[in-house]
Amino acid sequence: MSNTNSTGRDAGTGLKATNRSMDRVQASLRRRYRAEKRFRAYGLISVVVGILFLFVLMASILAKGYPAFRQTFVTLDVYLDSAVIDPEGSRDPAVLRLADYKRLIRNSLQEIFPDASGRSERRKLVALISNGAPFQIQGLVMDEPSLVGQTLTLEFPASADLDMLMKGHIDRSLPEAERRLSDAQIGWVDKLVEQGRVHKRWNKALLSNGDSRDPEMAGIWGAVKGSFYMLVVTLVLSFPIGVAAAVYLEEFAPRNRWTDLIEININNLAAVPSIVFGLLGLAVFLNFFGMPRSAPLVGGLVLTVMTLPTVIISSRAALTSVPPSIREAALGMGASKMQATFHHVVPLAVPGMLTGTIIGMARALGESAPLLMIGMVAFIVDVPQGFTDPATALPVQIYLWADAPERAFVERTSAAILVLLAFLIAMNSLAIFLRRRFERRW
Amino acid sequence: MDDVNIGGYQFMEATTMSRDRETRSEQGTQALSRNSAASLFGSERGSDVPDNTVGVITHDDPIFACRSVDVFYADKQAIFGVDLDIGRNQVISMIGPSGCGKSTFLRCLNRMNDTIDIARVTGRIELDGQDILDSKIDVVPLRARVGMVFQKPNPFPKSIYENVAYGPRIHGLARDRVELDEIVQTSLERAGLLKEVKDRMDQPGTGLSGGQQQRLCIARAIAVSPEVILMDEPCSALDPIATARIEDLIDELKENYTICIVTHSMQQAARVSQRTAYFHLGYLVEVDETDKIFTNPSHKLTEDYITGRFG
Repeated sequence: MSNTNSTGRDAGTGLKATNRSMDRVQASLRRRYRAEKRFRAYGLISVVVGILFLFVLMASILAKGYPAFRQTFVTLDVYLDSAVIDPEGSRDPAVLRLADYKRLIRNSLQEIFPDASGRSERRKLVALISNGAPFQIQGLVMDEPSLVGQTLTLEFPASADLDMLMKGHIDRSLPEAERRLSDAQIGWVDKLVEQGRVHKRWNKALLSNGDSRDPEMAGIWGAVKGSFYMLVVTLVLSFPIGVAAAVYLEEFAPRNRWTDLIEININNLAAVPSIVFGLLGLAVFLNFFGMPRSAPLVGGLVLTVMTLPTVIISSRAALTSVPPSIREAALGMGASKMQATFHHVVPLAVPGMLTGTIIGMARALGESAPLLMIGMVAFIVDVPQGFTDPATALPVQIYLWADAPERAFVERTSAAILVLLAFLIAMNSLAIFLRRRFERRW
Repeated sequence: MDDVNIGGYQFMEATTMSRDRETRSEQGTQALSRNSAASLFGSERGSDVPDNTVGVITHDDPIFACRSVDVFYADKQAIFGVDLDIGRNQVISMIGPSGCGKSTFLRCLNRMNDTIDIARVTGRIELDGQDILDSKIDVVPLRARVGMVFQKPNPFPKSIYENVAYGPRIHGLARDRVELDEIVQTSLERAGLLKEVKDRMDQPGTGLSGGQQQRLCIARAIAVSPEVILMDEPCSALDPIATARIEDLIDELKENYTICIVTHSMQQAARVSQRTAYFHLGYLVEVDETDKIFTNPSHKLTEDYITGRFG
């Protein structure tokens, strides 16, 4: 009897205890869910802020850089006066090359604006047309000397100042002394526009020319080619060396103090500021080995040294992620270490290795600091034709243009950034594509 | 990595272990004979394990003869002086609680422990009279003679055909494509998989079901015509039906191969094997005919284990 009672009481208290603990659970549950909601909100806010910054950055670069892809051209009727070009009528290429083509343009402009007189007025008039225009005529005449004596209707790139005026970057309301163009010049421009001689066209020079002091003639092709040669050197060296080092360290090397030391140093190298690699390149490649300055070859070597740790680390990570059961299976079959590695492990790690290498390449493409140290920051007009020609790289070109005072270089800087970003996005997409492609092999 | 459980040895008393090691090092260059190992057994070890392995360690026609095999993982000893003969063309199963060293011992038989940097194996393991622990022995032909099937099915991420053809190819067993095709066909046939896969030999081996994958691994192992197949818990990742198929297969294969199987399932050991070895904390406690072990074990530890009192 007493027994039943006691068990009944026990059950009662047990139930009560359960109720109490459930209340606590309920209370804490609410707290837990609140914490979760808060955390999610923080995450969402971070993402939104990040996207916002990215958007602002991209929008400002796009807005500034987009106009640079359009350039103002002026149509002029040029009389190829044989008295100016070749008074003796010899049609000798040497004579044709050195002829005063600028005068032809001046003459043609003066025909439109007969009121411009005096040296300074005439100079101001010619300043509306790009300094590259005489070379355009020179090229035509050199190619076909029979053109001399004829009148041609040609489109010349306008000078950067005219271009800026057309794009609305020169404020007409400012006092004349504070403007790049005088009142008279603005008047002439307006008249040219009235006559329908001013057009905006696709700016071919930006993508096909080398650097220039004149913004309207400056292009990024030299820098693109310089970057290309450099990346070729970097890829050819860093992929095989990096992969071989990674495979050796991961699959073959014994684990001891030496390999630990090497591993730590590789990890440290990945974190070394890139300018230090530039100093190393300066000391070793230029001063010790006496390689040419400003050469893509040296730039590529420096970038190789810089990207190697990245390539090695990502390749090792790719190798580590291959399940050990594959190695065991191969070794258990009687495959030698080398066969197990190269028949089974490496093929599975290739996508990861490729991704790491391309990410490393993309980083190398965007790198400017180490190149400053080895002389790739020079003003180089010629488009490089090989690995040892003086060259600059895209990021260095951006740096140089950003330094230039002309308003026209500001939009070209942004345009060059857009081109660089396009390359980077293309490379990263390639990395993603390759990874997907190779991973699909089961 | 296969489950090389060395945690179990933490139960060993530290003093016992260190004394053990001292004794070993004192012996120096002296060969580790059966007798010197025997002196380590007994009360010194401070556990229930017997002075000597109980039962019959020898076999009339041994393919493997193991004598005083010790395995160390760095400083920890995982196997203590195991003496065991493995008979030709029969199935021997190794049972014991987790971490008792049965997998470790199995991996000694084709020197798979070489792949673990810190592992060290001493003693003698003779394969047809030749000591395979000798550092001069090349592991490549050894592993061709002693194949292995792992706990988790691990087909290569290649086609079914390539999986089976890989071994013959690297060992140069086939002179031409026709011969290779034949080896692949017979291996799959023997592994009882041919009927299921003959129309999709070019499809990935990883696309098969778990049981099929394991049979593919067995086909892959027998494609290089080994003499011994080591199986490390081959059915632990499979369902009962697939397990039954593998067990039938083991039964058929024993006509031509010697099979050493590590298993956690005592029913499986009882079903497939002729001899059974019971390992406990790194010691081989008892080895005998399977019938005897499961009906009338001699040692108390064995009895406790097979009756489910621990393990």
